[in-house]
Amino acid sequence: MFEFTADKCLIELDVNGENKNAIVRPSDLLLDVLRNQFGLTGAKPGCKNGDCGSCTIIMDGWPVKSCLVLAVEAVGHTILTVEGLAGTSPVQKAFVDYHAFQCGYCTSGFLMVCHSLWMMKSDADEEEMEDWLQSNICRCTSYKEIRKAMESVLLQNPQKS
Amino acid sequence: MSELRRNVQRKESWDKVTGNAKYCDDFSVSGMLTARILTSPHGHAIIKRIDTSSAWSIPGVKAVITGKDFPVLCGVLLRDRPALAIDRVRYCGEPVALVVALDEETALKARDLIQVEYEPLPVILDPADALKEGAPILHPQVGVLFPDVKDIYPIHGTNIASHYQIRRGEIQAGWKACEYQVEEDYYLPPSDHLAMEVRTARAQISADGKVKITTTSQAPFSVKKQIAEYFKIPAGQIEVHVPLVGGGFGGKASVMLEILAYIASRKVGGRPVRLVITREEDLQSAPCRLSLRSKIKLGADCQGKIQAAEITYWLDCGAYSDIAPNMAKSMASNGTGPYYIPNLFCNSFCVYTNHTYATSYRSFGHESFTYCLERAMDRLADRSGIDPLEFRLINAIRPGDLTPTQVQCTPSNTGNLVACLQKVKDLAKWQGTAPIKIEPNKVRVQGVSCLWKSASPPTNAVSGAMITFNPDGSLNLNTGVVEMGSGNKTNLAQILAAKMKLDISQIHVVYDVDTRLNPEHWKTVASLSGYMAGNAVCQAADDVLEQIRTIAAQAFECQKQELEIADGMVFIKNNPNCYLLFKDIVAGYKAPDGRSIGEPVLGRGGFMLKGLSILDQETGKGKPGPSWTVGVQIVELEFDKRDFTYRLIEAYTVIDCGALINPQAISEMIAGGMAMGIGLASREYLSYDFQGVLQSPTLRTYKLLHIGQEPDYRVGLVQTPQEDAPYGIRSLSEHGIIGIPAALGNALSRAAKVNCTQLPLTPEYLWSISQKGQA
Repeated sequence: MFEFTADKCLIELDVNGENKNAIVRPSDLLLDVLRNQFGLTGAKPGCKNGDCGSCTIIMDGWPVKSCLVLAVEAVGHTILTVEGLAGTSPVQKAFVDYHAFQCGYCTSGFLMVCHSLWMMKSDADEEEMEDWLQSNICRCTSYKEIRKAMESVLLQNPQKS
Repeated sequence: MSELRRNVQRKESWDKVTGNAKYCDDFSVSGMLTARILTSPHGHAIIKRIDTSSAWSIPGVKAVITGKDFPVLCGVLLRDRPALAIDRVRYCGEPVALVVALDEETALKARDLIQVEYEPLPVILDPADALKEGAPILHPQVGVLFPDVKDIYPIHGTNIASHYQIRRGEIQAGWKACEYQVEEDYYLPPSDHLAMEVRTARAQISADGKVKITTTSQAPFSVKKQIAEYFKIPAGQIEVHVPLVGGGFGGKASVMLEILAYIASRKVGGRPVRLVITREEDLQSAPCRLSLRSKIKLGADCQGKIQAAEITYWLDCGAYSDIAPNMAKSMASNGTGPYYIPNLFCNSFCVYTNHTYATSYRSFGHESFTYCLERAMDRLADRSGIDPLEFRLINAIRPGDLTPTQVQCTPSNTGNLVACLQKVKDLAKWQGTAPIKIEPNKVRVQGVSCLWKSASPPTNAVSGAMITFNPDGSLNLNTGVVEMGSGNKTNLAQILAAKMKLDISQIHVVYDVDTRLNPEHWKTVASLSGYMAGNAVCQAADDVLEQIRTIAAQAFECQKQELEIADGMVFIKNNPNCYLLFKDIVAGYKAPDGRSIGEPVLGRGGFMLKGLSILDQETGKGKPGPSWTVGVQIVELEFDKRDFTYRLIEAYTVIDCGALINPQAISEMIAGGMAMGIGLASREYLSYDFQGVLQSPTLRTYKLLHIGQEPDYRVGLVQTPQEDAPYGIRSLSEHGIIGIPAALGNALSRAAKVNCTQLPLTPEYLWSISQKGQA
């Protein structure tokens, strides 16, 4: 059987600086395509309802919950996942230094919010930082560790290239 | 010893910040099918008919399974739970059918075509109702079917799954000695573990019958045993894999989804099947935290010494008993809190209702009974006219005192609560009971609660450790402990590094557990991994050190006693220039002349709990766990009298940690527990309507703490070594949660001038009880 079908479409996504093709249904979530088709499992399905933030990725510089984005909506946008940070973001080192995780399941999502905040608003004050980080939930830590990690990064200058 | 007091990073740190850390559902298997569950929309109903024919008609559907396909009863203590409901559903969310299909969309489509006809039955949502005359009996077979299960005492013809009692002293004489008394009733609704990783499992069966299960479990060895038992498979045919786990908090110690994944695979000829569970299903269908009703009567003499207590706990275990009978036992054995009460009359019942069934939750029920007991303590302190912190100091359990189950306390087995109380007084600058006015409508208050906990493991629980070496002389540490966030693997590596006098970077750990490769570790629960696996690691290290010494003694032609081992080498004490590096000796030694000496070094260590006993059925006398950890917590908040809202300022814990292994990690584990306690106390609960339907099945309706809502957390440590634990450490992974709800309840009761007897402590609740004029 060989058939052109309206059920599925071929899309090209710009993920971590690479153009990747995927065959998707219009209703497929970006989160599922990242995980199941590209093997980028850093983004986690904690609720698939936009409540927990563990699937957060960065789209055009801003943190976005990938369970609330259709894969087809992501065409033409720049997507960065935790794998794309490749250990080079100061936020990653700060999370290690300040023990900002325990089980690690929410960590990718928090890292993407923190990385975006550092890139977009490196002069953010405590209130603004809280505003940004409230989008995500961590069940293990006391949040104090995540706060300290983020604060330590905000004190540094962003090296935007 | 240099590795001991050091702050070390988790071994898996960089994996967790780069997305490299893999959890159960991050792997795909070729040829994998997907399964989804159909659940009951009723709290309690007869299943009159299930029609799966339309579901079967969808192309791509591989199996539609109902309870009668696998009529097996499951349960870790009492086998009261069918894998899939048979004839009757007992809670809303109970799995009724399972669809296996080529992909998730097809499975969902088919699932929605299954027709089930129900006949609703009366719903019980409160243990008090469950015990009333004429209440529907949820498990008529309990007490008949499995009469010989040890240490569980179901009462046939009632909704009581088990009951325990503590009798000590002369209760009537005790009351006569009392000058002051309080008697209070408490109610705590159920809540959920809410680990960020939703529970899931997958299974496959090879042509020759080998079963492979990969799961998010805290108890892989228990999965193996239970599947073997239920389906009559030799345990050696079953392998259970657990990669990193995204938080457990006790909720992943229960064996449920693994069974569903197994029967799904069985029904499709053993093909790999992934069971997809949504957050909503995880909240409704998989086990949650218990609900509790209690009555506490406490009395103190004119010096403020507690003389008598009559306590009843009615633990609501929901529809199935799971591990809850043990939690009821744990509540009985520790239900006085860390206080010496000479005359004690305590009953603890485990009661079935139509709530989602309960399983272990961080601290195994201690967070729940502690709320009740410590609220009563505060009331009694007030009535006695004694400062509540002072009142706790007067009654704190001390060496020589007996616990409720008549174990004599020693500094080693119970630590030093008095020192904790003295320390917290300074740390929190204890202000006493009077609210301090900070604005016309705002007051600042503190509330205090003590905590203690012992584990209630099987009396013969085991652990093990094995050590191998790499060509560079570094070590591989192999245990059956699951890494779910509590940092166990790093702690064990640190213990091994200390024993070997080696830098921790030279110790490698494997995160995945494979029940065929790893030595059995009972379960990663009860904060016991450091104690049990830690002891096994110490023994394995001694084994390795002895083997290295033996080989080196032959190589140097000296006595073993002349040798010292440190920094990855073995050398002669009097002549450190005469040394051999691990890398040159651990695979056996090749002498300069080519002679081979010794053999490869392989370390082994085993551990089994010793000296524990089943509680006497009449008096409760016995030893339920290896030791207690004690501590005290204070919550400080600002309360707005106009609208009953409050802001948390500080939360303090002083705990007896036994010894410092990784000081920062200890503080963070405690702070994480405090955060969970604040969530539990201030907002979390599973809200059911009168028909037993969960009204808060998403994270939008089941609210958790977010950043910006938390107080500052401060942790103080007291060190009284536990003599039989590695380097004297004590269990503390769960403990940060235990006293927080009570401390918050005590603070708010003073601030709002009310008597908090429930959770969660929402402004609405505080306002409503203030209207009733009680205080």
